[in-house]
Amino acid sequence: MNSEIDPTISVHGLWKVYGPNPEKIVGSADAFLPRAELREKTGCTVAVRDVSFDVSDGEVFVVMGLSGSGKSTLVRCLTRLVEPTAGEVWLEGEDIRAASTQRLRELRRSRFSMVFQHFGLLPHRRVTDNVAYGLEINGMSKSARYERAMEVISLVGLEGNENNYPSELSGGMQQRVGLARALASDPDVMFFDEPFSALDPLIRRDMQQEVIRLHHEVKKTMVFITHDLAEALKLGDRIAIMRDGALVQVGTPEELVATPADDYVANFVRDFPKSHILTLRWIARDPTSGEDLGGPILAPTVIVRDAARQILEAGRPVRVMDGERLLGVVTADEILSVIAGPHHG
Amino acid sequence: MANATLVHEEIIAPRTPKSLLGAKFAVLGVIWLSSALILRGNSTLPLDRSSLTSVHTWLSGLSSAIDRNRNSNPFFVNTIDKIRSSINTFVNLLQDAISQGTATRSVPQIGWLGVVAIIGLVVALWASIRVAILAVAGFITLGLLGLWQESMDTLALTLAAVVLSLLIGIPFGVLAGLFPKFEKLITPVLDFAQVMPTFVYLTPVTLFFLIGPASATIVTLIYSIPPALRITAVAIREVPWSTVEASISMGSTRWQALRKVQLPQAKRTIVVGINQTIMAALSMVTIAALIDAPGLGRVVVQALETLNVGRSFQAGLAIVIMAVVLDRSTTAAAAKVQIATSHKKPVSRRVTRSTKWLGLAITLVAIYLSNVYLWASQFPGAGLLGIKVAAIADSATGWIQLHLVTVTNGLTNIFSYGLINPIQSVLVDAPWYTTAAALVLTGYLLKGTRLAAVVAICIAILLVSGLWSDSMVTLAATLVAALITVVLGIAVGTWVGRSMRVDRILRPILDAGQVMPAFVYLVPFLGLFGATRFTAIMAAVVYASPAAIKLVADGIRSVPESITEAAISAGSNTWQLITKVQLPSARRAIALAINQGLIYVLAMVVVGGLVGAGGLGYLVVAGFAQENLKGKGLAAGVAIVMLGIMIDRITQAVADRRDVHAKTIR
Ligand SMILES: Nc1ncnc2c1ncn2[C@@H]1O[C@H](COP(=O)(O)OP(=O)(O)O)[C@@H](O)[C@H]1O
Ligand SMILES: [Mg+2]
Repeated sequence: MNSEIDPTISVHGLWKVYGPNPEKIVGSADAFLPRAELREKTGCTVAVRDVSFDVSDGEVFVVMGLSGSGKSTLVRCLTRLVEPTAGEVWLEGEDIRAASTQRLRELRRSRFSMVFQHFGLLPHRRVTDNVAYGLEINGMSKSARYERAMEVISLVGLEGNENNYPSELSGGMQQRVGLARALASDPDVMFFDEPFSALDPLIRRDMQQEVIRLHHEVKKTMVFITHDLAEALKLGDRIAIMRDGALVQVGTPEELVATPADDYVANFVRDFPKSHILTLRWIARDPTSGEDLGGPILAPTVIVRDAARQILEAGRPVRVMDGERLLGVVTADEILSVIAGPHHG
Repeated sequence: MANATLVHEEIIAPRTPKSLLGAKFAVLGVIWLSSALILRGNSTLPLDRSSLTSVHTWLSGLSSAIDRNRNSNPFFVNTIDKIRSSINTFVNLLQDAISQGTATRSVPQIGWLGVVAIIGLVVALWASIRVAILAVAGFITLGLLGLWQESMDTLALTLAAVVLSLLIGIPFGVLAGLFPKFEKLITPVLDFAQVMPTFVYLTPVTLFFLIGPASATIVTLIYSIPPALRITAVAIREVPWSTVEASISMGSTRWQALRKVQLPQAKRTIVVGINQTIMAALSMVTIAALIDAPGLGRVVVQALETLNVGRSFQAGLAIVIMAVVLDRSTTAAAAKVQIATSHKKPVSRRVTRSTKWLGLAITLVAIYLSNVYLWASQFPGAGLLGIKVAAIADSATGWIQLHLVTVTNGLTNIFSYGLINPIQSVLVDAPWYTTAAALVLTGYLLKGTRLAAVVAICIAILLVSGLWSDSMVTLAATLVAALITVVLGIAVGTWVGRSMRVDRILRPILDAGQVMPAFVYLVPFLGLFGATRFTAIMAAVVYASPAAIKLVADGIRSVPESITEAAISAGSNTWQLITKVQLPSARRAIALAINQGLIYVLAMVVVGGLVGAGGLGYLVVAGFAQENLKGKGLAAGVAIVMLGIMIDRITQAVADRRDVHAKTIR
């Protein structure tokens, strides 16, 4: 990962304050008051508070937080669907906040696209015309845009439905149309604002699978908003946890599960089975002197759940080796403390 | 997946694709237009203004027969006359109280001072002190305009009609709210009453109830009962069923649930209905002047008929003042009820008990004074303000006719030669059978044989009425006015719908425009454009626009945020957003705006018969005035009804059809 060198998305000190005189709040002591107190005092709401992060090319960056924590506002600030109050947003080396309305429209038509929670499909247009909408307003000829629309329609598995109206489709299929529409202009970056929250759990799982598949096929950079931890862990290369407008922790799924930064994050991950996320790297410990170092060898990237049976049945410490290097050993104790919680007393 | 596809095919199959339907209409239009032009002048069924057909003479004979048998026919003696005399008694009672002298007195029981005091007290108690001041000032202005008695006549008639409307409308509305079957039964009747241009039921009602307060009240009821009934039904239905269920589960009877659960919750909506009923009644009471109802309307009619612009302004202003006072007072009262039932903090200070007693005492003293002393009974002064208003209006008209004549004539000519004449000449000069065939086919294409049959029946009746040519004149004026209204509605409606700021500024004006009695719109245009078709058309546009604008604006506003946001995010510019997203998504609202625009416009174009618009409206007016044209006037009324039904059914079908594609996703 070389995100420090050339990030696709780079956000520095981003703020969004709703209310009268929002600029006054930015950076002031007031900004750190609890929300209700600040609203009482100034009538303002800090929706995004001093947020900075980078996303590298081809990465799936997930932003997670409770409802009202500012996720939607944050993702809209990135494309200026919501005008930020302060801070910098760079997309592919271009200063988004300095872009003219005209330039912004060009970028929206060609470089990035968004998938919405409530789909936002045009009810009076058939699937094809919904998918082709962005190409149409960009002046593409009818035959060219229909051809492209059919490509993405089959990419998301909607063949045969291209002549239906949105109201004739199920929720899951409607969101496939939303996905196809976002893919149609072949953007570099895709934004998702809780795209699957309105769907039934089973359909949601299908759609998550679909996004993973698409990501493999089209390799877009993605910023994905969700309030669902399982979804975040499943899709995210890195996850940012948001609380009251600020990022409290940014890290890989393993980092979040293994070392939650505070109680808020710990609360999120508490009920999630750690063994499904953690790899052996996180639980390997230094061998104690005289320990048996002749046990089986496993790679540090193996997930605990997948290694559990082998380690429990090994009867002696399993070595975690990164190539030739010994990172540590794992025994039944470590496995059990991941699965059932640490020893007490 | 296979299953799902199957279902979708079932949904799609019976639908004609939109573009195909559009193409069919284009072909139909071209065929109609070319055959109309090729065959122009053939079979146009013209009829001179003074000529009568046998149907007209038969109708005249029928009306005379009704007149002759009035005193012997038991149905008339036992039913119609009973209704007539009780309504007359009721209205006379109110008139004796506030507007006219009785056998024993030359002045009403309560003079101006008493009336003003009562209005002030009632509005202060039920609405607010601020509105009460407005009401008192408004009523005093009525006196200063020199139209006190006429205003009181209008008020008395309006009050009588409102009381009866509510007595009938609320109970039936409750029934309609409780029993969907009953509602289904009466909905067509209500639709019919509301779609009909008010003008047309005047003559038939006088046929049965004679000229006088009873007829004026009954025509008003036809117009003002539907809103009272409909809103009551909605109010009852809005009450969450769970609350009724809870009440019944605790052992209350259905009647108790209605009284203690549904009615109290429905109250705030019903109060809004009272406001609409009052405004509808006032509007109709002024039009009832055409069948000799006393009051402000009569002054306007007389002034319009003699083209006395000054006088019509004077009375028009009085009607506007009356409308504003009644509307503001009832709106404020409704707001107060809503606040009281929603347990929010009251916005205005509460009137203390002692102030209430003081107000009551002052009012009683004022009533007493106005009963005993002439100065408090008859409004003092000679209505100098009214004379001044008339003079200003006259001189303004004179000035316009002197200096702006090129502008007004230019406008008249542009519209006449550019729009009205071509449309009118095509419609009037086309052979009746081509137009009839085109209309029936339109009905068929939109909704199959049923609508085609309705249209065919309407056309048959038009033909029997012998007034085909006049109907085409009216239709042309209606189409022109509707076209302008719809263009205006879409342009301004989009503007209002997209901007909260514009909305805040324009909406009160639109609201005010909607509550004005239709009549007064003729007045300023008469001053500008004289007695022409164009005056009627412009008045119709102004009358119909507020409704059209509001429908479009609400349609635009109700496009879900998620849809516009997605379109903006795809890079739409403002124009693309409006034309590709907002207007298409609001197409049902636009179709309804076209429907409403046409209905409103037809009503007003017909009233324009008073000021030289010609066509069917003129014939109705002539029928009021001349005994030998009575039958023809009745036939013209029937023809107007047929036009109204055709226009309404066809545009409704368009609205329903577009709805198929415009199901909003949530
Ligand atoms: N247009 C707005 N005006 C005022 N406050 C807003 C607006 N949009 C969002 N907020 C506030 O900003 C905060 C963050 O909202 P949002 O970004 O929608 O959160 P999330 O998507 O995480 O649920 C919330 O407290 C919300 O009330
Ligand atoms: Mg959100």
